[in-house]
Amino acid sequence: MQQLISLLVENKPGALMRVAGVLTSRGYNIDSLTVAKTLDPTLSNMTIVVNVESSTHDEELLIKQIKRLVDVVEVVDLTDSQAVTRELALIKVKVSPDMRPALLKEADIFRARVVDAASTSYTLEVTGAGEKLDALIGLLHNYGEVEMIRSGAMAMGRSPKVDHREAFAEASRVSDKVRETVKI
Amino acid sequence: MSSLMSGSQILLESLAREGVEMIFGYPGGVTLPIYDVLYDHPIRHVLVRHEENASFAAEGYARATGRVGVCMATSGPGATNLTTGLVDALMDSIPIVAITGQVPEHLIGRDAFQEADTFGITRAATKHNYLVKQIDEIPQVIHEAFHIAGAGRPGPVLVDITKNVLQGKTGYHPAAVLRPLRGFHVRLDPDDEEIEAALQFLWASERPYIYAGGGVISSAASDELREFAELLEAPLAHTVMGLGALPSNHPNFISMLGMHGSYAANMGITETDALIGLGVRFDDRVTGRLDAFAPKARVLHVDIDPAEINKNRRADLGIVGDVKQVLQKLNNRLRETKESLGTHNRQKRAVWRARIEGWKREHPFAEVYDDNEIKPQYLMKKLDEASGGEAIVSVDVGQHQMWAAQYIRFNRPRLWVNSGGLGAMGFGLPAAMGAQFGNPGKLVMAVVGDGGFMMSLPELATISSHKLPVKIIVMNNGWLGMVRQWQELFYNGRYSEVAMDAFPNCELLAAAFGIRGRSVDNPAELETGLAEALAEPGPFLLNVNVTREENVYPMVPAGGAVNEMILGPPKPVAVGD
Repeated sequence: MQQLISLLVENKPGALMRVAGVLTSRGYNIDSLTVAKTLDPTLSNMTIVVNVESSTHDEELLIKQIKRLVDVVEVVDLTDSQAVTRELALIKVKVSPDMRPALLKEADIFRARVVDAASTSYTLEVTGAGEKLDALIGLLHNYGEVEMIRSGAMAMGRSPKVDHREAFAEASRVSDKVRETVKI
Repeated sequence: MSSLMSGSQILLESLAREGVEMIFGYPGGVTLPIYDVLYDHPIRHVLVRHEENASFAAEGYARATGRVGVCMATSGPGATNLTTGLVDALMDSIPIVAITGQVPEHLIGRDAFQEADTFGITRAATKHNYLVKQIDEIPQVIHEAFHIAGAGRPGPVLVDITKNVLQGKTGYHPAAVLRPLRGFHVRLDPDDEEIEAALQFLWASERPYIYAGGGVISSAASDELREFAELLEAPLAHTVMGLGALPSNHPNFISMLGMHGSYAANMGITETDALIGLGVRFDDRVTGRLDAFAPKARVLHVDIDPAEINKNRRADLGIVGDVKQVLQKLNNRLRETKESLGTHNRQKRAVWRARIEGWKREHPFAEVYDDNEIKPQYLMKKLDEASGGEAIVSVDVGQHQMWAAQYIRFNRPRLWVNSGGLGAMGFGLPAAMGAQFGNPGKLVMAVVGDGGFMMSLPELATISSHKLPVKIIVMNNGWLGMVRQWQELFYNGRYSEVAMDAFPNCELLAAAFGIRGRSVDNPAELETGLAEALAEPGPFLLNVNVTREENVYPMVPAGGAVNEMILGPPKPVAVGD
């Protein structure tokens, strides 16, 4: 099962290693990972997509063990939430002169922009949800050889809070099952 | 303006401000600047003979005193040797701080002499770790390291410091306040709502069962635990980490549970309808096959680490908090409601206690004695008598550890020192050293197997050098006994690479290190040998040759249900329903 995790971490050496360590110690492969500093330069935002063993009910434990790390300020599982998820791809496609207008038309449907043009190829830039990128790449294969780089997903929870930490804290409270007192 | 100090001076000053009195360590190239300051510094340094034993000794000190243990090693091999003790402390939630030297910053990443990526290597071996490359960071980092090691669920913290930082000079500004640790939160006290839910849970139970572990000792909640067990009138079993939290002679105590736990403890957990886990982690050596563990019970789980709740067994009610604070609040409410809510199932709980007592009588830990040879169980009984519930007993890993846990009793916490989670052989002797350094006047026994003893042999030099009065009791069966037991029971008796032959002559070995020693072979000799060891003001090495092929029972085979115990030789017998 693909799990989408968003984290706020200390912008310090080793923070990434610690988070990745919780995943790699289980032998999980990280499908994608994006990291960059936030408006507060002492904090970084990470979005991780990881394939977890759902049979072991590991999702909740994973989040709690990541949260336990001293460098992790907040963590939230966005897998089942209505988060905004976007990805960027740079796609270079080989294209013959007669097919160029058709390609541009199709690129336009996907709101992909040409960022570099050579005599035998175009390089397109496109953002969107992962499936949209997959669809475009599938189409472009019809024109010729394709080379591609993807950023991996970045995700933002749909909270009305603008402050990053507050939004995170709210989202993590919602997903934090531990704090729920079970009524007996 | 304060005068300039070196990084090493600032380091030791910062350690002193954290109340450090003692460091277990081993010097090397990059820590030379620290050792130069230590030369005439009030902090005492104990020179061990292997860095692994520095980390074990720091653990023994921490486990027996409740204070943060400190160990130190040089870069590269020094740091890698410390790692086993760090993982051990991580598994058992023991607060230690390790200081390691690192090669000068300009050499990092150049494969310098004795360079290792200590920060990377110990990432998974610590609760948190640091690489210090700025001299001004030292006071804050040390302050943080001690805070993180001790607060919440305790654990090991490593601070790796480059040599240029240790040598550099700057003004010293002690870390007065902790800089905010935005990602480190400890929830100590439960909500009233949670306490009320727990109260309902407890009084609704007909067959309550308390399963208490190392978390009770970490939070110093022994008094609260005893009151809780008495208010609820419930049986209480300890994990191997919890022994001593409730005095072993307490009427509610039903000994250890799990793989080599008592019959009553394992039958009880199978029949309980309300399992109360306090500072425990539902470890596989406790639960056996998870789906057969406490199958009739709803679970109340109290732990300071949120990641423990629902990890192995779903909790019907999970409370994140300090066991002491939770129990204090809970005890107040139990006391207030004992004559109202507490009366509902009183009769059923009395029947339950009688069943527990029945199981206790049915299969207590066996009395095993032979006139001609020393049975390991008999050895433990004699050690129990010698201790009277008051000695610090530091054990290694294996058969002797389980027998000691079964037969030796403890009147209070922090007397039982063992490597519970990691099961690190070679732990017992160096941990006993640490425990003895932390408790100079106390009787400390290192009860070890012949295998583990051979792993920690060089520490006889440390013990001799400090005339440390540790009584080393080697339970010598000539095997890696626990591995042999498994080979006997599960591998058709094919004893592959478990014979520990060529054990040294004990008297000669002890004499070679300048301490006294003796070997005993039968119960009469054991009597006098033990008396001699206890009368000796200094260290004593007592090698006890025991029955060679004796197995630890009861035994729950790995992956089995806990009520399906093998109670004894010769044939596995399934008991229970």
